[in-house]
Amino acid sequence: MRIGVFVCHCGTNIGGTVDSHQVAEEAKQFPHVAYSTDYLYTCSEPGQQEIQQAIKEHNLDGVVVAACSPIMHENTFRRTIERAGLNRYMFEMANIREHCSWIGEDKEANTRKAIELVRMAVAKVANNVHLHPSYFDVNKRVLVIGAGVAGMQAALDCAEGGLDVVLVEKKSSIGGRMAQLDKTFPTVDCSICILGPKMVDVGQHDKIKLYTYSEIEDISGYVGNYTVKIRRKATYVDWAKCTGCGLCMEKCPSKKAFDYHNEGVAYTTAINIPFPQAIPKKARIDPKYCRQFTKGKCGVCAKVCPVGAINYEMEDEIITEEVGAIIVATGYGLMNIEELGEYGAGRYPDVITGIQYERLLNASGPTQGHIVRPSDGEEPKRIVFISCAGSRDLSLGRPYCSNFCCMYIAKQAILTRDHIPNSDVYVFYIDIRAPGKGYEEFVRRAQEEYGAQYIRGRVSRVYPRGRHMIVKGVDTLLGTQVEVDADLVVLATAATCAPGAEELAEKLRISYDGYGFYIESHPKLRPVETNTSGIFLAGACQGPKDIPASVGQGSAAASKVLALFSKDKLESDPQIAQVDESRCIGCLKCAETCPFGAIEERELRDGRIVARVIETVCQGCGLCTATCPPGAIQLQQFTDNQIIAEVEALCQAWKERSSG
Amino acid sequence: MKGDRYAYFPGCSQKGTAVEYGISSRKVAEALGVELVEIEDWSCCGATPAHTVDRLLSGALAARNLATAEKMGLATLVTPCPACLVASKNALELAQDDESLKELNELLDLPFKAEIQAKSLLQIIFEEVGVDALAQKVKKPLKGMRLAPYYGCLLTRPPERAQFDDPENPISIDRILEALGAEVPDFPFKTECCGAAFGLPKRDMVLTLSGKILDMAQQIGADGIVLACSLCQQNLDLRQGQINSHLGTNFEIPIFYITQMIGLAFGFSSKEMGLDRHAVHPDKLLKKWEEKLKE
Ligand SMILES: Cc1cc2nc3c(=O)[nH]c(=O)nc-3n(C[C@H](O)[C@H](O)[C@H](O)COP(=O)(O)OP(=O)(O)OC[C@H]3O[C@@H](n4cnc5c(N)ncnc54)[C@H](O)[C@@H]3O)c2cc1C
Ligand code: SF4
Ligand code: SF4
Repeated sequence: MRIGVFVCHCGTNIGGTVDSHQVAEEAKQFPHVAYSTDYLYTCSEPGQQEIQQAIKEHNLDGVVVAACSPIMHENTFRRTIERAGLNRYMFEMANIREHCSWIGEDKEANTRKAIELVRMAVAKVANNVHLHPSYFDVNKRVLVIGAGVAGMQAALDCAEGGLDVVLVEKKSSIGGRMAQLDKTFPTVDCSICILGPKMVDVGQHDKIKLYTYSEIEDISGYVGNYTVKIRRKATYVDWAKCTGCGLCMEKCPSKKAFDYHNEGVAYTTAINIPFPQAIPKKARIDPKYCRQFTKGKCGVCAKVCPVGAINYEMEDEIITEEVGAIIVATGYGLMNIEELGEYGAGRYPDVITGIQYERLLNASGPTQGHIVRPSDGEEPKRIVFISCAGSRDLSLGRPYCSNFCCMYIAKQAILTRDHIPNSDVYVFYIDIRAPGKGYEEFVRRAQEEYGAQYIRGRVSRVYPRGRHMIVKGVDTLLGTQVEVDADLVVLATAATCAPGAEELAEKLRISYDGYGFYIESHPKLRPVETNTSGIFLAGACQGPKDIPASVGQGSAAASKVLALFSKDKLESDPQIAQVDESRCIGCLKCAETCPFGAIEERELRDGRIVARVIETVCQGCGLCTATCPPGAIQLQQFTDNQIIAEVEALCQAWKERSSG
Repeated sequence: MKGDRYAYFPGCSQKGTAVEYGISSRKVAEALGVELVEIEDWSCCGATPAHTVDRLLSGALAARNLATAEKMGLATLVTPCPACLVASKNALELAQDDESLKELNELLDLPFKAEIQAKSLLQIIFEEVGVDALAQKVKKPLKGMRLAPYYGCLLTRPPERAQFDDPENPISIDRILEALGAEVPDFPFKTECCGAAFGLPKRDMVLTLSGKILDMAQQIGADGIVLACSLCQQNLDLRQGQINSHLGTNFEIPIFYITQMIGLAFGFSSKEMGLDRHAVHPDKLLKKWEEKLKE
């Protein structure tokens, strides 16, 4: 075997604390090494050309690159050697950056370690075999979970691209948070006016199959072939019959049901259509408040419904759909304000949240767009906004920025002065984060044109005094304590992950961070992919994001799916487990350990039971290999022989060092 | 209720300025079946001044009592005083570090294992006895008393040290008073600082801060303030006259320890609870209450 070794400097990233040249020189002594050199940037075009040239000139049949993490560039270099005619699996990477140069400052020790890592990689490549991917069919349908603005955009883009879309939304209408907003920054255009038509498009598109009031029950399969079980929750109204006439709402005697769309600022009826522009415009019964359910008698809606749509006996239904890719767009939640004891939220009616304030500003909201104090229904004259209520607060475990609050506070300040021109508006802030296009100008407008008074400093306490709320804080620019006498206090509460985000992630087998936001494959280079192939992210489920960013990401996720589906067949990674049937004793311990359910039982013609790996399901984790008592199941590219060869190379190096 | 025996650390104030807090604590504990075993030969915990001077030395002061309690075979140190509690908790925290534990042990003449816990008497009553058990023992409900629950700045903070109740909106005293039959309004200043130990070096500050607390109590129509800290009590009660002359007010708000109120509801006399030792006499309120009880 003829192996080539290429040691990278990565500028000073590696070169600074590893003597790359010496590593390349030492590598020349290793068995099978026919060529060894070092290079400033191996991943650059000339760097890759040099590899290809060396393969030809020196007749190489295996390549080791000592550089960064394989997560970064393994695929890059595999393609490089493939272009030069080698099998892409005759390649190994020694990670002398993340595992070596970046973690130690002792150049001599680092160089020694780098040499050992290279020596192991060479030993491994000498035992590599040619592997070939297989191909499988793709089901070109896509599932979108969550129908906020991001999910809707992704669904529409996919549908326009010719794909069949299954859109699953937990609430009884699509639209997400944006449907609750009044106007949107930085253009101050009416939120539902720009969202409404999109909602209609989604509702009417013949390529979008919409399941509202539904949740994901279970997901199995792999990229190209997922099977999804969807729970359609009982609405107690037959939506095939319901015309959305609203008669039931008029007559329903239970009028104190919690109004989710209005964030509890108002009440609704137990049977309700959440808002006039709802898609689909169908009624649903909230059994928590329905007298038929709580008291066992009422039945008014069933009596008044002209089409006989009410069905108190309705049960949840499980539906199965087959798709090839999934876009997750489940958005965000908002912190429970009662966690903020110092602001008295939840105790004092005149301390409300930003999203509640949106509902008060909204012309189709419970007050027809009149700003009133919840305590007495009067128009407030002095309104204080508090930013970062729970965000950027380590003591509450939320050190991150909620991203859109600075902007929506500026918007709400402007709208407040529009609605109540003689009002005083104060904004307490830590610092203003307005980096989007036109954003800084927008905040300035709130301050200069609309006279919102910005006070830099945190608020320590909000408490009632008579009919007013006292907001006590510090002005860190003046260096003094301030107290503002307010009629209404609006908290920009922290954005959190969507409720249930972690459970959904477990079902999807995607990762999430400590706060429950989903993690992208690479923060810079693969921002809408997840580490599970075929699953993509859009919108605020990945972290707090405003509408422009959510829509952009929705489109990006859709384009990723379209690109994935542009091929009729997908390549499967051959680095999976393989069973040596002659050695398998059929104990199926492997099947028990496999977390992906990738191993099934198979009966040979002679009646013997053996294990069989379902190629497309296997993720190549190698758990089965470690479990199998006779060592019959081996992970291709990481066989026992290959790993032992690496360990031997390492021991050899230590032996030589201790004797010499 | 675990029926445990607790190592009781009265601390200096329960023997001096806040004798009535100590007396009522012991009586109420006994009535509740909480056994308080006073730590033998206990010494000052160092409380406020020591930790500003030397962390290790202040740790050793508190650790001496903790170590004695450990030697007595008790698992939890209980003190009515929040400052003593923080001092003890700081010592336990310091001892988490092996190096510091060794240094502490060098300073002490008895072994300190730092395996003991420290809790306030309030925490024991709220969490281990529980408000339901408390309510069952009430003989004379605090009917008609409108009481402001006041926690001060130390009882629940810093939260990672205190590990008790909500740091910003605590509710333990609220719930206890409700269980005793009192009316408990929302008290917005429940965790505001009274000025603490600045009474000597910067008296103005204490008078202003404590004045604000009294003012808020008056605004919400409270008949009295109920607290669990001897220093807060001193600032609000003993200095109420000074506050009045400083601010030109005429507050006359009795300031009670939570244990005193529990005791009253349990049927102890006001004298048994040491209410006669307070600077602002609660006679008017007590009379009103007695009348209410007769109704
Ligand atoms: C008070 C306030 C004002 C704002 N004002 C503005 C503004 O003026 N301009 C601006 O650009 N941005 C604004 N924003 C931010 C804006 O709300 C977000 O950018 C936007 O809603 C993100 O869209 P999304 O689709 O990612 O998430 P969401 O709007 O949260 O939508 C997610 C959808 O997924 C659904 N879902 C969740 N979990 C599941 C599940 N498990 N299964 C099925 N469905 C699920 C939800 O029900 C929801 O319909 C504001 C935010 C707040 C709080
Ligand atoms: S009355 Fe019947 S048809 Fe009309 S909205 Fe209600 S359920 Fe639908
Ligand atoms: S490698 Fe992992 S995924 Fe594949 S069969 Fe073995 S255990 Fe299952």
